[in-house]
Amino acid sequence: MKTVNQRAWLLILPVVICVAFSAILPLMTVVNYSVQDIISPERRVFVGTEWFKSVMRDDDLQGALLRQIAFSFAVLVVEIPLGIALALSMPARGWHASAVLVLVAISLLIPWNVVGTIWQIYGRADIGLFGAALARLGIDYNYTGSARDAWLTVLLMDVWHWTPLVALLCYAGLRAIPDAYYQAASIDGASKLAVFRFIQLPKLRGVLMIAVLLRFMDSFMIYTEPFVLTGGGPGNATTFLSQYLTQKAVGQFDLGPAAAFSLIYFLIILLLCFILYNWMQRVGTADKEGGHG
Amino acid sequence: MARIDLDLAHAYMANPKSDDDYALLPLAMSFADGGAYALLGPSGCGKTTLLNIVSGLVKPSRGTVKFDGVDVTARTPQQRNIAQVFQFPVIYDTMTVAENLAFPLRNRGVAPDRIARRVGQIAEMLELSGQLNMRAAGLAADAKQKISLGRGLVREDVSAVLFDEPLTVIDPHLKWQLRRKLKQIHQELKLTLIYVTHDQVEALTFAEQVVVMTRGRAVQTGSASELFDRPQHTFVGHFIGSPGMNFLPATTAGAGIDVAGRRLSLAGRGLADLGAVTLGVRPEYVTLAGESGEGAVPARVTQAQDIGTYWLLTTEVGGDGGGATSVVRARLGTRQAIPKAGETVWLTLVGAHTCFYKDDVLVAEARS
Repeated sequence: MKTVNQRAWLLILPVVICVAFSAILPLMTVVNYSVQDIISPERRVFVGTEWFKSVMRDDDLQGALLRQIAFSFAVLVVEIPLGIALALSMPARGWHASAVLVLVAISLLIPWNVVGTIWQIYGRADIGLFGAALARLGIDYNYTGSARDAWLTVLLMDVWHWTPLVALLCYAGLRAIPDAYYQAASIDGASKLAVFRFIQLPKLRGVLMIAVLLRFMDSFMIYTEPFVLTGGGPGNATTFLSQYLTQKAVGQFDLGPAAAFSLIYFLIILLLCFILYNWMQRVGTADKEGGHG
Repeated sequence: MARIDLDLAHAYMANPKSDDDYALLPLAMSFADGGAYALLGPSGCGKTTLLNIVSGLVKPSRGTVKFDGVDVTARTPQQRNIAQVFQFPVIYDTMTVAENLAFPLRNRGVAPDRIARRVGQIAEMLELSGQLNMRAAGLAADAKQKISLGRGLVREDVSAVLFDEPLTVIDPHLKWQLRRKLKQIHQELKLTLIYVTHDQVEALTFAEQVVVMTRGRAVQTGSASELFDRPQHTFVGHFIGSPGMNFLPATTAGAGIDVAGRRLSLAGRGLADLGAVTLGVRPEYVTLAGESGEGAVPARVTQAQDIGTYWLLTTEVGGDGGGATSVVRARLGTRQAIPKAGETVWLTLVGAHTCFYKDDVLVAEARS
């Protein structure tokens, strides 16, 4: 008979305790709030799924969700191709390579709220370089007044801040391709486009998957930049999900609905990441299935 | 198809000063149209550099590469119309096996029906027909390398096909099979093939002419038997053969030669005034002799190993009166009495196949 060693439980206990205090207990408090109506610290009423229902029917929330999805989608559509293009044009060796790497990485070192402040000033039509330049060119640009301008500014800000991350990931991926592939392609008479399509892009699959997931999750949780830039305005043109949530929880102190929505928010991210990950995995492993078929 | 003439030198650094700075020392070499050649040498001897210069991936720092008398030094691999197969399989992950094989043709705008026919032929030859519609990425390493080989062979009009240790990743039993395939393909297609390897068996079985290289120098070009019987350089004697040639210091004296304290007769070989030379004899040609036999010296047996089809005898020669000892190995047939370790035997060193070297270069070989 096989002896069962129960000591393993003891060994994972530290991890269980750490995870419990850092993740499970806080999450359970949120679950706790989401099913109660807290009228005052002493008076609370169990309301079941009431908050979930009302939050799901909330027009503001649906608006924020649609804006959020559109924003994250735009971020991926702009940043991923731009990052690949940037990585392809970066020098591979010599002192140029080191210099360019440092330059590209600079924006990644700037904190979120500083990025917001930079662009808030940069985009002002009176004193900001960007805003004033556009104004001189006769373009009517005003991120505090126009919903479209505010939205574009937030997108531009995110592209400026995070495209270098995609570029660095792709750059690392490109450098990992053995020289023999390029030599073989040159012998096979492949054009530059064919080299990109049949060698570089397939070999970048792994890093691109990481880049897409990171940029998706991060942009889906964007908070600080639009908060600093416009506070979610004009109107609620740049009110994304986390800002909406903060308004509910901190601004209006509606702990119940905020908690219910936090859980929904969490599940949305989890679900979308799951779908994205599986889709990208399948794009890659379609190759392998063919081999065994 | 083309005749290839090389007359060049190459250094990877900007201002080479000593010989050590050169990856390839000045050399002049020709590969005949339709020949099968092997570049053989240890790692770092410059054979891959030479191959990449022929294909155009590396531009020689000095000299020219000519195809059929036309200077192609400045041309790209594509313009030279070269095919090359690399040490590790290079396949296009997202394509099927058939698409991989068709890629070099498709890039050159060959008509689809001709591509299909040619891919079919090559797949047939390499036994890939059953896998043509599979994704190349999921296949085993040897199948991938077959695809690489196939891409190298798929174009009919190439100037030459170059192989850079293409069988490194292949299992030993498949190696034999693929090597035979390559030879067969060479006979069928009459392409110029240049094959780089550090494995002498591979080189000698594949190629009609083997170029032996060491330290950026091509020391001898010849057929398997020439390399075996008449090594032009001590390196060739040492590198070809298993084990390699035995070398002993010797001094010529009149009509004889002093080896390991004994004067042996040279019977009219004209080495009289060479002074100090190196005597080289293959273990296959070292035989047991009777005491004081002609051309024989006494040797102490240090080891006798049974290799299966033959015995390998390791002995020490010389050392009497404070002189240096030399190790002499002999391959002996299994049908004779094999001396044991510790015994003293007489070994014939000077015979029909003995070679003599001065400054590592062959000066004379024995003739019967």
